[in-house]
Amino acid sequence: MKQLITGDEAIARGAWEAGVRFAAAYPGTPSTEILENISTYPEIHSEWAPNEKTALESVIGASIAGARSLAAMKHVGLNVAADPFFTFAYIGVNAGAVVITADEPGQFSSQNEQDNRNYAKAAMTPMFEPSDSQECKDMLVEAFEISEKHDIPVMLRMTTRVCHSKSLVELGERQEVAIRPYVKNIKKYVAVPANARPMKVKIQQNFELLKDYSNNCPWNRVEYGGTKIGIICSGDCYLYAREVFGEGASYLKLGFTNPLPDQLIQDFASKVEHIYILEENDPYLEQHVRALGIACDGKNLFPSNGEMTPEVIRRVVFGQEYPLDEEIQSVLVARPPTLCAGCPHRGFFYELGKRKKVMVSGDIGCYTLASGAPYNAMETTVCMGASISLGHGAQQVFDMIEGEKPRVVSVIGDSTFFHTGINSLLDAAYNRSNLITVVLDNRITAMTGQQENPGTGYTIAREVTEAVNIEPLVRAMGIKNVRTINPNQLSQVNEALDWALGMDEQTVIITRWPCALKKQAPWDLEEFQGAFTETYFVDETVCIGCRKCTRTGCPAIVFQFDKKKSSIDPDKCVGCSVCAQVCPVQAIQKVEA
Amino acid sequence: MSTKNILLTGVGGQGTILASKLLTNGLIEAGYDVKMSEVHGMSQREGPVLTHVRYGEKVYSLIVEKRKADLIMGFEELEVLRNLDYLRDDGQGIVIFNRVRVNPMGVQMGKDKYPTNGEEMIRARAGKLIALDGKAKARELGNPRVMNIILLGVLIRELGLQDIDWNRIIAENIKEKYVPLNQQALQVGINLE
Repeated sequence: MKQLITGDEAIARGAWEAGVRFAAAYPGTPSTEILENISTYPEIHSEWAPNEKTALESVIGASIAGARSLAAMKHVGLNVAADPFFTFAYIGVNAGAVVITADEPGQFSSQNEQDNRNYAKAAMTPMFEPSDSQECKDMLVEAFEISEKHDIPVMLRMTTRVCHSKSLVELGERQEVAIRPYVKNIKKYVAVPANARPMKVKIQQNFELLKDYSNNCPWNRVEYGGTKIGIICSGDCYLYAREVFGEGASYLKLGFTNPLPDQLIQDFASKVEHIYILEENDPYLEQHVRALGIACDGKNLFPSNGEMTPEVIRRVVFGQEYPLDEEIQSVLVARPPTLCAGCPHRGFFYELGKRKKVMVSGDIGCYTLASGAPYNAMETTVCMGASISLGHGAQQVFDMIEGEKPRVVSVIGDSTFFHTGINSLLDAAYNRSNLITVVLDNRITAMTGQQENPGTGYTIAREVTEAVNIEPLVRAMGIKNVRTINPNQLSQVNEALDWALGMDEQTVIITRWPCALKKQAPWDLEEFQGAFTETYFVDETVCIGCRKCTRTGCPAIVFQFDKKKSSIDPDKCVGCSVCAQVCPVQAIQKVEA
Repeated sequence: MSTKNILLTGVGGQGTILASKLLTNGLIEAGYDVKMSEVHGMSQREGPVLTHVRYGEKVYSLIVEKRKADLIMGFEELEVLRNLDYLRDDGQGIVIFNRVRVNPMGVQMGKDKYPTNGEEMIRARAGKLIALDGKAKARELGNPRVMNIILLGVLIRELGLQDIDWNRIIAENIKEKYVPLNQQALQVGINLE
């Protein structure tokens, strides 16, 4: 039976069909839905890990213990997991293991556009690059075979379009793969120099054997059409190339891309007149083709940034370009994402943005939107967990200044704190930082779409587990000044900021209120009684049209420009009351039930 | 047949995703090759949503190209305008659009101005424009949320896809208690003047 499913869903299905028993990930666009879908298969034990490094390390353990296992992560997640990744290639597997990386050409929701094919090359791990959902599933199943045959973890590289596009997939059945016996093997699994040196030799030998596979496997195939133009491509670029060049060109479609198939490439090159290399991000294929002494056009013509859409190909190759409709462009206005109505970050950033002589060191989550209007209350964002350690470094330098020195406020969400923020805070605590850290605890991993985390009390399978309590955790690091507040109460926010800024010591403020989109747990309902059950309205006879409420950036507030009065959309308001607190004339009132 | 290119656009929460799911399921039933690609912002509410649907005998590209969309179905005026560059410019492009304006934050803050003559600009560029107050039509059925299904009905008629068993597709994809309402809404769209 054929089904229309996304690449992420196809990976989950492939994991099930391949007999996978253990899967771990940290949520990250565009890879999040892989584990979410895997968790629907009862045969696979799936886990949200605190971060990608622990996810991959648990996968290494599961593989050594004998179960087919996979870790999934977004491209930058592999930076976090790079340390175990490289040495995993050295020690190899017991049962098959696959690492899925979801890259983001075009940077739809990421801080950079790195090309993770370079990781496979550097670690000498075999790599697959699917073009559509069918290939996602089929290649994953094959990747486990390759992993076991060659005793090495395999990388599967997806991109946003491949992850999130739907195409038809022929579903298969699950093959039950027995747990392989674990055999104590110190020489294989202990990567000390004496053991690791021969491991490196083994990887290199393996790589030679895999070249043979690459030249002969069905994933690297030639489709001959006309001989004037030859396209060498991988991933979704194959689909775009077929769309643009049709039957008139020949294609070398590469699905297994480390090691690359030298003979196949040379043979193809000898049969076509002009070669274009179509790939997103880096000239990964191109550099290899050029190193074989083959003339081609690649990044000399095509951009290294953004997506390689059919439009880009037509523009570069055929000079076809559609100018933007100037009349429409002149009236278009942006629709940037905003903090939702009832978002617990709103009250905190509304107040923080008004503080002078502070530098706000930010992190990655919904709250990164505070860097934009109307809050403008975030000055740095680099990577997960960096808010605290980056802020610590900045504070150490500010402290060298004579006289009045800026204070650093590091802001980080609960999930990001668990990810790598704990390490960062340990750095700041140990080195006697003068930092103010704010943990924005909205009780969920929100930006990627409501995933459980170590603070929520549930596992990915919604089994009840221990919930980390951040306040004693922070105190255990030796930080004495810790406060937990309700961020919807602006007086509490201001008191806490005054308290922290007034002290020449390290402080931690925890803002604790659930995400407005969270499906609340029984313990949330007990702790946050009445949350999201009220609505507010604007009494137009009292409203003076000062628009202070609109400056909270709440999408439920609609300013009526004709009447010069604010109003509140009752379908959107969930009663956080922040607007009512900023209204200077008490025009905003609670709707009485 | 040549591949058909459809775009569905709106603001998060308006029901584009369900409409495209029903549409693609119907197209598969009819035996077409189908590809669909979705771009949405982060998971916060209120962001722009754009769904590409392509169907035909054999479909390659995951996305619709500029000036190649046969039909744009928009649930919000500004988002239709934003994506109008995708519409074919040979006078054959169809736009089905819901007369709704959702102010982006910049408009709320008074920094930006919501375009005043959007509908005229859309009309000037579309071969055929079907503009309706989908929410009002949906309210007549007793639930403003089926606006998306009414529009989907219009799309089905315009693409000549009435022969597909949409009642079954709805029954298979929507909660049982809402099935009759959605089937009714689809008919309203198909029969819209």
